[in-house]
Amino acid sequence: MTAAAAPAQENPLVEGLERLPVHPTVLVIFGATGDLAHRKLLPALYNLAHEGALPERFELVGIARRNQSHDDFRAVARESIERFSRRKPDPDVLEGLLDDMRYLPGSFDDDRVYERLTHTLAEFDDKAGQPLNRVFYLSTAPEFFPIIVGELGKAGLHAAERAETRIVIEKPFGYDLASARRLNAQVLEVFDESQVFRIDHYLGKETVQNLLAFRFANALFEPVWNRNFIDYVQITAAEDIGIGGRAGYYEHAGALRDLVQNHMMQLLALLTMEPPIAFEANRLRDEKLKVLEAIVPPRPEEVANIALRAQYARGVVGGKEVPGYLEEDGVAPGSRTETYAALRLHVSNWRWAGIPFYLRTGKELARKVTEIVVTLKPVPHLALRSTGSVGVQANQIILTLQPDEGVTIQLGAKIPGTGMRIRPVNMEFRYGTSFLSESPEAYERLILDAMRGDATLFTRNDEIEALWGIIDPILTAWREDTTTPIPQYPAGSAGPKEADALLDPGHRWNRL
Amino acid sequence: MSQDVWSAENTTPDEVEAALRGLLRRAHAANDLLAPARVLNLVVVIGAERKDEIAERLSRVGRYHASRTVLCTVHEGRTTLDATAAIHYEEPRNGIGVVLEQVEIEIGPSHLAHLETIVDPVVVSELPTVLWRPGGADEVVDRLLGLTDVILLDSDEHADPASALVRARELLGSAYVVDLAWLRTTPWRERVAASFDPPWRRPALERIAGVSVRHRDSSQACALLWAGWLASRLGWAPAPLGEGPSGAGLAGGATRAEAEVGVRLEPVELRTPGLAGVTVACTDGFALSLDRSPGGLRARRQAPDGEETSWKVLGASRGEGGILGEGVRQALLRDPTYGPALDAARGFCPA
Repeated sequence: MTAAAAPAQENPLVEGLERLPVHPTVLVIFGATGDLAHRKLLPALYNLAHEGALPERFELVGIARRNQSHDDFRAVARESIERFSRRKPDPDVLEGLLDDMRYLPGSFDDDRVYERLTHTLAEFDDKAGQPLNRVFYLSTAPEFFPIIVGELGKAGLHAAERAETRIVIEKPFGYDLASARRLNAQVLEVFDESQVFRIDHYLGKETVQNLLAFRFANALFEPVWNRNFIDYVQITAAEDIGIGGRAGYYEHAGALRDLVQNHMMQLLALLTMEPPIAFEANRLRDEKLKVLEAIVPPRPEEVANIALRAQYARGVVGGKEVPGYLEEDGVAPGSRTETYAALRLHVSNWRWAGIPFYLRTGKELARKVTEIVVTLKPVPHLALRSTGSVGVQANQIILTLQPDEGVTIQLGAKIPGTGMRIRPVNMEFRYGTSFLSESPEAYERLILDAMRGDATLFTRNDEIEALWGIIDPILTAWREDTTTPIPQYPAGSAGPKEADALLDPGHRWNRL
Repeated sequence: MSQDVWSAENTTPDEVEAALRGLLRRAHAANDLLAPARVLNLVVVIGAERKDEIAERLSRVGRYHASRTVLCTVHEGRTTLDATAAIHYEEPRNGIGVVLEQVEIEIGPSHLAHLETIVDPVVVSELPTVLWRPGGADEVVDRLLGLTDVILLDSDEHADPASALVRARELLGSAYVVDLAWLRTTPWRERVAASFDPPWRRPALERIAGVSVRHRDSSQACALLWAGWLASRLGWAPAPLGEGPSGAGLAGGATRAEAEVGVRLEPVELRTPGLAGVTVACTDGFALSLDRSPGGLRARRQAPDGEETSWKVLGASRGEGGILGEGVRQALLRDPTYGPALDAARGFCPA
């Protein structure tokens, strides 16, 4: 698919550089007037430019249906950057970035758009005196993904002489297993898997990558990271806000698709995978795939026992009364879309057999927090008396991803005094106290990785299908069940009481 | 930014350390979301005449503040030790509030003989300690080497670049060295590396016929380090440079395999320390020039057939505050290419 020759020799000048070279590239954003481009992509590109991280030759083309000129697009891009960039733009850098931006208006299924794009790309190559790598970024509604991919193939833009061509596809990648498989087939009919970068911006977050550092850079935890020492694990992604104005999207997505199928399952994979031999795209993704394949999808009759859905009802969040989901603008009367989902999964392999993994996510909950709580088994024999105290409790390792990224280890400690009374205490580590540098936005990292051809933090085709394969039976069961009442939980609470039924005896949800 | 301060005259390091602990304890008791930063100690030793300037530079490092900064100011004629300890923090809103600590110690020349006994008690012992001695890495640095993990220096500050590089090499044997002059070359190293990165252009690295470095007059060490970097990465044997054409700058060469590579260092007018431009020319007529320009670098490439193209490489200037901040950040990293570049740069120094 790509025609660039293998490197004749190593580049000795890159040794020791923090910012590795990126081949001269043209980035084509489909859906360039959309919300994602406006809030994330354009500001991320500015920050890369500010830091001198963009390739030495960099061109940007925006494509969208809106009929506007290059200058109109530049004006919108300027506004996006000034409003959403994490740093105040330097006027000279901003002008430099905006100066060469191009805009191509047109419908994504219009052949003429791709003819003009072909012409524009050739113009850039001529100007640079060398073929530029091409990255097509699909930041459109998902129904356009196959159309754009097909048109790129038809126009012969899926490959270039002496340059790499890559395609970045935003989430959601599919709506269920069948649609994900269909989309994979459509994409892979035109592009080779090595050219495809399926984005889940969660993986670009420093906090998520730190999970790998926590597990694989510390010998302390590995000996206990298995079924012999761990009793159960829970992963929580709680939000204290509702659906905002996104009823149109959310009614079709629901909590399971919105957060569990992608972000939370990725956390589960990173938490449970075997150590990769190297931090390389396929090494890492092979290990993730293995562990995802070890999660046996539930049979239809098992779904009610391992999964729970619920909706928020009217309640109070942060002292403010909020409406229930069914009262939100744009939500269909009697909607059965879940705003809360909880699951109990098992990873059926040597390391994790028998250990329950509880996942829960929801909107309008008591607190915004994303955390992984690993509860260890109790000590085998307790010589200490716990009279007069809350007693000895199982150790917990709590990995907080937001709002304050850190690690807490809960230990038992003696209460000062004459007796041997024990209570749990926390040993806390907060990343914010140890790294004063500001983390780059996930999109900065991911755009740069895609331009560089590093797919480590992107999802592979088989991984996507494995993720959907776990979730699909639950989606199907919920879709087919049109009569069982959907449990309700008051906005501002910790979620539905019914979620307790998913827990094995002796287990409990950590307080939000 | 909130601030709690303690100060005392004729005090001791132990009292300073106890005062800091007290400030932290009281802040945490008032708001348990406040937590002290634990990244590194930065110890700065300066003469009183430079205190304001250095304090101003430290205030401009942006987010790369050390977690505990210990500023020792030496006053002529002073015999007592006075100190101020302060903690600074943003009031936490949605998360923790990170607390930064600053200690200012006023001492006299007589204290320098036992400076390590003053500094040691006030640094956080389990954290790396970075030592910065603006103006030159003199015997004060030697005295504090035992408690120093990283030495922050600026080879451009020394009047004699050759001596500065010799001193940096000496210190590199005792601690990790972060050289601000080296950090000023970073964008130039990155961009030249990127220009030669396309696989079809890499063979040109073996055909380099000459390099020229345009630098501020006072930044010859920076220019030598950039040339030294190229020489060390490409396996050139540097030879001492002589006086440049018309008496300005330095010129000479290095040997690559059996070929000669011309090296020129040209001083130019430049408002800020560092490099103004670099040119790399190959035997087949290919040449690449990078020069400072608003909002980045202006790149010019000449193809072997003589055709010229030019474009802008985007990137914001870091400024001297940013360079110092970068120096603090680099103290947590390790650059394996500085030592070899330093050695090659010394090889270029005039005999």
